[in-house]
Amino acid sequence: MLKLTRYVLYDIIRSRVVLAYAVFLLLVSLSLFNLEDNPSKAILSLLNIVLIVVPLISMIFTTIHYYNSYEFIELMLSQPLSRTRILLSEYAGVAISMITAFLIGIGIPVLIYVPDAVGATLVLTGCGLTLVFTSIAFLASVKARDKARGIGSVLLLWFYFSLIYDGLVLLILFSLSDYPMEKFTLLLAALNPVDLGRISIMLKLDVSALMGYTGALYKEFFGSNAGVLFTSAMMVLWTAVPLWTALLVFRKKDL
Amino acid sequence: MLLTILNLCIVVMLSANTIEVGKDRRGGTLRQAVSLAKSGDTILLYPGVYNEGNIIISRSLHLLGIGSPVLDGELKNELLTLSGHGIVVKGITFRNAGYSSMNDFAAIKVIDATGVRIENNTIENSSFAIHFANSTLSVIRGNTIRGNNKSEHSSGNGIHLWKCSQMLVENNSIEGHRDGIYFEFVTFSVIVQNRSERNIRYGLHFMFSNDDHYEANVFRNNGAGVAVMFSKKVTMVNNHFEENWGAAAYGILLKEIKEGTIIRNTFLKNTVGIFMEGSSRLLIEKNNFRNNGWAVKVQASCDENDFGFNNFFGNSFDISTNGTMMLNRFYSNYWDRYEGYDLDRDGVGDVPFHPVSMYGMIIENNPTTLILLRSFMVSLLDKAEKAIPSLTPENLIDDKPVIKPNRL
Repeated sequence: MLKLTRYVLYDIIRSRVVLAYAVFLLLVSLSLFNLEDNPSKAILSLLNIVLIVVPLISMIFTTIHYYNSYEFIELMLSQPLSRTRILLSEYAGVAISMITAFLIGIGIPVLIYVPDAVGATLVLTGCGLTLVFTSIAFLASVKARDKARGIGSVLLLWFYFSLIYDGLVLLILFSLSDYPMEKFTLLLAALNPVDLGRISIMLKLDVSALMGYTGALYKEFFGSNAGVLFTSAMMVLWTAVPLWTALLVFRKKDL
Repeated sequence: MLLTILNLCIVVMLSANTIEVGKDRRGGTLRQAVSLAKSGDTILLYPGVYNEGNIIISRSLHLLGIGSPVLDGELKNELLTLSGHGIVVKGITFRNAGYSSMNDFAAIKVIDATGVRIENNTIENSSFAIHFANSTLSVIRGNTIRGNNKSEHSSGNGIHLWKCSQMLVENNSIEGHRDGIYFEFVTFSVIVQNRSERNIRYGLHFMFSNDDHYEANVFRNNGAGVAVMFSKKVTMVNNHFEENWGAAAYGILLKEIKEGTIIRNTFLKNTVGIFMEGSSRLLIEKNNFRNNGWAVKVQASCDENDFGFNNFFGNSFDISTNGTMMLNRFYSNYWDRYEGYDLDRDGVGDVPFHPVSMYGMIIENNPTTLILLRSFMVSLLDKAEKAIPSLTPENLIDDKPVIKPNRL
């Protein structure tokens, strides 16, 4: 499996897309930190990058990579290797390269300019989101019949997680505003990895605002050790469940 | 004739005795010394612990502690009760004054007095520490007050002034009481350079107190910040309001305040910097609002307030309000969210700034939506509202936002 992952990694590095991604992130974060006199404002802009760009690129890259290495996968399948191992090595290769690019592009500048709890949370959240969306993209590409459908569904999923879902939450909160919704919103937030990531960073950034009104409840829940555990567990679930489903589908798929 | 007057003076001077109280001193107990002392006498209290119950002083005595003697109330008694004029209490440690739900027991209680000075005392573990009622022209200076009360109802205020006038509260440090400093019906008084921290309720609580001035105080981490209510002509200059966190915590809560001035104060990391309700004709200038949840919450019941030359940095929300009516003026403030331009380079932005965001209005209506803070959805909504304003109050604008922070 390690050998296979090494081949996948070698293939990805040769294509230079990941390199471009890392350079892009590095340029963005360096220019943000140098433009803004206040590093916490730069962190705010980086937050948007982490929550929007990172999931998008992770998903699109994963899908394109999957379809591009389709022939390689077919070749491997003719060898005495299990399908699970092949797909897992593909996943490991893609995830490792994406996370490395993210760490080079955003992790290093953030840890240099804001080496505190906010910075660390931002980097961890970014890594978590990369893992989650790579695995969701694997599921989508394994399920879809061709490349166009695969990319289409991945874009739709990205749109859903980063925009439509929050719109739905807003709608639900307004239409049910006569009821006590605080606990329910906690559940709603847990059902979207982007929201989970955003809340864990927000807890470090906007502590004063969060202490007001219902915010105290959110802080109490997500800010406690149990909350951090809960967030991490949800992120792991969001990674594991799509990947496991993808394995199930891939094992039975008529290639 | 002249000789007679001179003689009289000498007699008066000689009659101002000094009585020493303490172990191995001739003055006996403190109670005896106080009852023997004549007006104008000085009592020197030497080190030791005195458990003498409630001591009442009604002549103009100077009670001076040498090397911080301790008066201990054993959680039963009021310690000192003063009434009269020209009484001085200095350099004494008061400990364990009693608590009663019937009376407001205090470490030092002053009733119907004038010209009293309470200086450099330490007051520990008491419900009320310094309690003034119906007094004038008195000074409370340099005292250190530490309470360790847990609940609001079982605890008293650090410095409590009721129906006083021309008072000076200076350089005290107060911690762990119900309200750090409490003013009710206090007029023409000054509060300077005090520190009020970690009190259960308010750091400073102002009720029905007109024409007062407070300057260079620090109010930090109090249960509900500072409340100024039902008062006129209060000036607040150079104070620091910091880290007042909680659902009902405000840097300052202004309720029914008229004609006050709030100048050059710093509001740092409060849940709400200033909360205003029913206030009018206030001048709020040259303040720094930094990293607050909401910098200013102006309820629609406020009118004719002027917000000018303030700096807003890193607040989650700059201004929020609960209605579309806005009768206040905003001018020449610096907003770090301002995205306009300055073509003629006169330092003033060419496009007006709308400090109330769409999401700020949404949260005001439905606080649960705070969970969406900083989401993509919310920033899209804000952008849309900026392009076509419909929900935010259209006349809440800063016409001349400055490009660089105001120098304060």
